[in-house]
Order: sequence, then C-alpha cells, then structure tokens
Amino acid sequence: MANTAALEGINGLRDIRRSPASHLTAALETGSVQGTVVLKEGPFQTMAGVRVDPRSEQGSRIAAVAGGLPARCGEVSGTDSVSVLWLAPSEFLVVAPEEAHDSLGGDLIGSLTAALGDAPGQVVDLSANRTTFELSGPRARAVLEKGCALDLHPRSFTPGTALTTEVGNIPVILLKTGDESFRLFPRASFADFLGRWLLDAMREYASPEVP
Amino acid sequence: MLLISCPNCGSRDETEFHYGGQAHVPYPENPNDMNDREWAEFLFYRDNTKGTFAERWLHSTGCRQWFNMLRDTVTYDIQAVYPMGTPRPDVSVPAAAESGTASTAADSTTTGSAAPSTSATSISATSTASSTTAPEGATK
Repeated sequence: MANTAALEGINGLRDIRRSPASHLTAALETGSVQGTVVLKEGPFQTMAGVRVDPRSEQGSRIAAVAGGLPARCGEVSGTDSVSVLWLAPSEFLVVAPEEAHDSLGGDLIGSLTAALGDAPGQVVDLSANRTTFELSGPRARAVLEKGCALDLHPRSFTPGTALTTEVGNIPVILLKTGDESFRLFPRASFADFLGRWLLDAMREYASPEVP
Repeated sequence: MLLISCPNCGSRDETEFHYGGQAHVPYPENPNDMNDREWAEFLFYRDNTKGTFAERWLHSTGCRQWFNMLRDTVTYDIQAVYPMGTPRPDVSVPAAAESGTASTAADSTTTGSAAPSTSATSISATSTASSTTAPEGATK
C-alpha cells in the first residue's frame, strides 16, 4: 500500500496490517485487461460512520467538520480529501485518506466526535470495516451490470454519486468516481468473494472479441 | 421480481428488502392485564388477507429504514408506499377500478384457478409498480 514506510501507526503495528484482499493482489493484476477493464484494491482509508439528524444543531456542527452532509440518496458531499456518502436520512459514511486517522497524525475521528459532543447521535471509527475495490475502464459498467440491478447508465448514475446496493449478491456501497471508473466498498469479510466474482466477470474481456 | 419504491432510495429490486409482516398492529396498552390467549393473539395472530394488505417492509441493503406498503396479495400490485406511523391511506376506490374485477372475482370463487391467474397478473403488476409510486427525492 502507498506510503507504508512513512506511516508508523500505533506502536509500529501499521506495518503488519494486511488489507482484506491483499492475497488477491497478483490475481487482480493478471485478471485485469489494460485499456478494457482494470480491477485493483485501493489503499487503506479512514472511514467513520456518522449517525446524526442533519437538520439539528449537532448535524450542522458535524457538517462544518466534514464539509457538508448530503441531503438525499446518491449525493456525496465533502471537501477535496474528505467525502461524505449518504447511507440513510440520518446516517452517513465519512471517507478520507488513511493519513486522516488519529493514530497516524490526523484528527478526523476526534474532530467528528468533538463536533457531536454529548448530543444525540454517534461517530464510530469504521476504518477497518470495508475495503475498497477500484474498477475502471470502458467495460467497467458492463462488468458491474452482470451483478447489479441498478440503472448504471451515465444518464442516471453520474460521476460523484454513491449508492448502497448489491453487486454479485454482496451488499456494497458503489461510488462512481469518473465516467468509466467505479469504487466499491464491500465489507472486509466479503472482499475475497467479491474480488473473485469481479475477476470472473472480467474474464471474457481478456479474450479477443468474436465478430 | 417486485420493483419496490423505497421512499428514500427510489425503485429497487425486491431482493434488497425484507418483509416485516402486517402493519398497524399496536402494542397493547396494558400487557399485564391480558390473559394468555389475548397475548398469544397479539403476538402470533395476523390477518391473511386476500386483496389489498397493509404490510411493513425494510430496505435492508439500502437505507435500512422501515416503511409501510399497501400491496394486493393477489396481483402483487403495489398501491401505496407511506411512512411508518401514518394511518393507512385510502386507495381502495382507484385501485379497484384500475385492477379490474375479472381476476379478483374469479379467484374468490375458485381457488383452483388462482395459481395461473396470479402468475399472469404479477407480470403486469411488476411493470406498473414503478409508475404507481414515484418517491420524491429519489435521484436514481
């Protein structure tokens, strides 16, 4: 993962941390078809689950820290480095680079917790809950459509949109980062299955197209 | 496959939802005053309506919020989606006119023909489900 040498972490334990799909790294590399569809596991990220009423006073305090709270399904708000994904009317997922975690010198979790204070709601460190798959390429949408019932056409699923749904029967958060790139957040225990499922779905694009 | 309109997320597949049983079953005001039979009836006895039925659903792989739904148990036609805690909406008049009387009348007289007629009507009910209830605030 990126910058592992620079990050010491809690008592040096950062160096022995393994991502949930790290054992698939080689398989993801050989299974990817450059220029067609590429799958890789993303770097560790800091994630915080936030439950707060966005219309309340504590909601606006948290919005000030996180860079705004999304108002409806699919919306993503936040700043350059921090994105806030809509999960439910009063439930959000704050995603930031790994360096933002308090144990690595950042202050994201702490500042969110401080913003909530004693008010009703919760801020939970979920950094190890989900891993990230990055799927990109002209055929990325076709791969996802094999196992996702949502309308993924660009006219309804635009870049900068995140939806909670199922891909290959696995509950994931599906974030569209660009015209042809997606980010999938499966829970850690599903990472192995979903990684292999996506590799299987990508396999046909490695063969020459049959006219 | 039903296409269910979640009030928060818009139309999603039935597989993303979980069924929550009959809606509008109030918790007894004084459970200690009830005898065993009344308590058992509150816990376990539910209507088995043929026709429009108010039921609870949970969007378990989406927004994880509960909502109520009026669904026809014969045609699977979803007639209304409304929030928890609100009274059952009265949509019986337009629904009866819309779904027609032929299929329900035939089902009520003979149970033997129920299976083929429900499978035939469920296809049309699924295709109209998305148009009957358009949730506000759905970006999808």
